[in-house]
Amino acid sequence: MPPETVLSLRRLSKEFPTHRAVTDVSLEVPRGAFFSLLGPSGCGKTTVLRMIAGFETPTSGEVWLNGQPIDALPPYQRNVNTVFQSYALFPHLTVQGNIEFGLKKGSDAINRVNEVLKQVRLEGKASRRPSELSGGERQRVALARAIVLQPEVLLLDEPLSALDPQLRKQVRSELRDLQRRVGVTFLFVTHDQEEALSMSDQIAVMNAGALEQVGTPREIYCKPRTRFVADFLGAMNWIDGIGVRPEAVSITPQGRKATVASAVYLGSFCQIQMILENGEAILAQVAPGVSFQPGQAVCVSWNSEDECRL
Amino acid sequence: MKLRTTFIAPAAILMAITVLAPLAIIVVYSLLTRGAYGGVELPWTIENFTRIWDPVYGIIFLRSFWIAAVATALCLALGFPLAMFIARSGPRKNLYLSLVILPFWTSFLIRTYAWMFLLRDTGIVNTALQALRIIREPLPLLYNDGAVILGLVYGFLPFMVLPLYATLERLDPSLLEAAADLGSRPWQVLVRVTLPLCTPGIRAGAILVFVPCLGTYLTSDLLGGSKTVLIGNLVQNQFTASRDWPFGAALSLVLMAVAMVLLFAVRNRGEELL
Repeated sequence: MPPETVLSLRRLSKEFPTHRAVTDVSLEVPRGAFFSLLGPSGCGKTTVLRMIAGFETPTSGEVWLNGQPIDALPPYQRNVNTVFQSYALFPHLTVQGNIEFGLKKGSDAINRVNEVLKQVRLEGKASRRPSELSGGERQRVALARAIVLQPEVLLLDEPLSALDPQLRKQVRSELRDLQRRVGVTFLFVTHDQEEALSMSDQIAVMNAGALEQVGTPREIYCKPRTRFVADFLGAMNWIDGIGVRPEAVSITPQGRKATVASAVYLGSFCQIQMILENGEAILAQVAPGVSFQPGQAVCVSWNSEDECRL
Repeated sequence: MKLRTTFIAPAAILMAITVLAPLAIIVVYSLLTRGAYGGVELPWTIENFTRIWDPVYGIIFLRSFWIAAVATALCLALGFPLAMFIARSGPRKNLYLSLVILPFWTSFLIRTYAWMFLLRDTGIVNTALQALRIIREPLPLLYNDGAVILGLVYGFLPFMVLPLYATLERLDPSLLEAAADLGSRPWQVLVRVTLPLCTPGIRAGAILVFVPCLGTYLTSDLLGGSKTVLIGNLVQNQFTASRDWPFGAALSLVLMAVAMVLLFAVRNRGEELL
């Protein structure tokens, strides 16, 4: 049985006075998935998120949640919550005040706050103000404040971009684990392809306001359907119109003849730039064991199943 | 001498001469005896201060507080929506802000006279209402507390709007979106996020309006007629008609002390804007 769809976008478009931000985006987000919306900055992914949250009205198209159109509902009546890029924590409230902001007052409220504080490892910080927290802690408060309401879909607008690079990698797996534990559907907006590949069940790649491709990380990376997707997800060699990822290229005793242009040692691998006989450039990532010199004549080859034909 | 000191010195000297010196004179006067034709004489006395405890003056103090408080509350009630509107009107912000400040281009005295022309029995408002046969007798619009409060609200509204605008303008719009996202209706967003985050502006605006309203004499003199005597008028009277300079000095010192106590009471967060 295919997984149930919790959120569906139907031919969603948004035009601003000066430009067209989103064009004809249709998407089905399965319940419980970690779904990423990936694209370069300015591609319209944040606008899509804001239309789902209710902060922007679509020019045309519809947003359906749980089989119901929600376009007529104001943000406060939509059962989706947002983790903002800047977190948007209320500076006049404590961590606890921020987390219980959306909860109805009741006997259960305290228990739920405590439970979610534990889930995001902020037990001892309930009475702190946002200004007294580190970047990572603020991000977790923003997360806690939203998941405590048990939304149908949690919308995350580049929630890791404000963290320093060291922390960002660690938070990736934490976020992924948290999503699995609480079982809430995540719609995660990012421009970082590594982030999307490492965390997502499914990725939708956007470019210039339109959807390019939807699929699992493996599909998107190995079987890109457009040149934009192929290039955006990582380096790609284009040889006679066929795409080959650098890590699929090996330097072998036999194959196409090439000349080494440069070889860069990067610790866990070597990046070798070569020129084929027809003058085309080709990049290879190879094991760092053997060293190559510029000008050296080599042969390159790859398996045909690693080829990407558009 | 440091550059900083050089720049601050002229203002510091001016302040010393125009604020501290008159203040010292007032303190000295308040402790002397009145002269027969105005002025002050020896001996030293504290009688000017003990006289203030007379209920007659107590009532005037209370009335002044009441009128200043009502004017401040009305300025807040009118100024908050106005400041919010300006803060959210995008590129036209500056136009609206200059409209708020525009009345300052004319003297406050002339603008208060203009209100007299509007409100008096043969003024524009009463004449128009009579011409339209809505009323037969002119309405008593002038020479009462209502007219004084109207004049004060009109005169000091910009002092409320500007600090409120400054805080509202800095308010991160994503906080308002976050509140809506977490289930707050627009009025709940206002009460739970906008107002609490605007307290510095509200405090600053309230102080900037309340303190001058408390000491006003021009507005109450012109629009309140002889019936509305406020502390400001009382002080003015001591230096003119009553020729009791020491008592006038004592009254203004007490007024100043009360205003300062109030200022300190609300200053904690308002100060960053003052």
